[in-house]
Amino acid sequence: MKAACVLLLLMGSAVALAGNAVDVHGQLEDPALQSRFERIAKELRCLVCQNESIADSNADLAVDLRRQVREMLQAGKTDDDIFNYMTDRYGDFVRFAPPWGPKTYLIWGAPFIALLIGVIIVFRVVRQRSLMPLDE
Amino acid sequence: MWKFLLPAAAFVALAVLFAFGLNPKRDIHALPSPLIGKPAPEFTLTDVLDASRMVSNSTMKGQVYVLNVWATWCVPCREEHESLVAISQTHLVPIIGLDWKDNRERSQLWLQQLGNPYQAVAFDGDGRAAIDWGVYGAPETYLVGKDGKVLYKFISPMTQQIWDQEFVPRITAAQRGGA
Repeated sequence: MKAACVLLLLMGSAVALAGNAVDVHGQLEDPALQSRFERIAKELRCLVCQNESIADSNADLAVDLRRQVREMLQAGKTDDDIFNYMTDRYGDFVRFAPPWGPKTYLIWGAPFIALLIGVIIVFRVVRQRSLMPLDE
Repeated sequence: MWKFLLPAAAFVALAVLFAFGLNPKRDIHALPSPLIGKPAPEFTLTDVLDASRMVSNSTMKGQVYVLNVWATWCVPCREEHESLVAISQTHLVPIIGLDWKDNRERSQLWLQQLGNPYQAVAFDGDGRAAIDWGVYGAPETYLVGKDGKVLYKFISPMTQQIWDQEFVPRITAAQRGGA
């Protein structure tokens, strides 16, 4: 019983932690800017925690990077300006969606290669079966 | 023929993948710096030891220098400090410190008690200079050439061995050559 209670408590806190990180700097006044901010922050990796976005992390660096994004939005920068600013400093890894380029052809191409292999296998199996004599 | 070759090829492919991916010497958290070969970002910040004085890396143009990012809250920085002090005593190259998101009094105490290997330490209280350098985890150590371009970045505590293997050859080459 006690163990179950502890488990429930832990599960509850995990749900609570899954929300966005609390922001000390508050919301942007313009709701359009705020929604752009939230989208960009979700697209940028927190480099300390690596598998969280800077929107989800409370690491010091994530707080600083959120401040940077917010200031750049207020200064009228475009989304591309902000992403370029981040990749210039931290490399492509800072983005969850890596850009299309020679280094990432394999990442983006892998699903299609897998699909192609699957199609070839299905094709061969079907052809083999169609060549087999029908059971009477 | 295919029945034998295909599994063999798959095995070789996986072996290569795992040899690279599971190599214990590879630090999966170390990221290549996009800054290598690019001009070092400039900063002008107050001196940790004296808030009325400014420290800027723009005064270092024309000489090879090392930038070490550290903080008193950073445990591995404490670990590498002794090596840095020893390295600084060889006077091979000036070491500039960047004190990242720190407390000034605590930093001063740290330098007093543990020794000061730095020619100067810039106080980056709000972490903006660190963002420009793409810093994500202290300690980080950068090597900058005469032309002001970043030559090398090392993430992790500095040791005498790393210094001798990775830094000294690059420094002597950079000091001798144009870059």
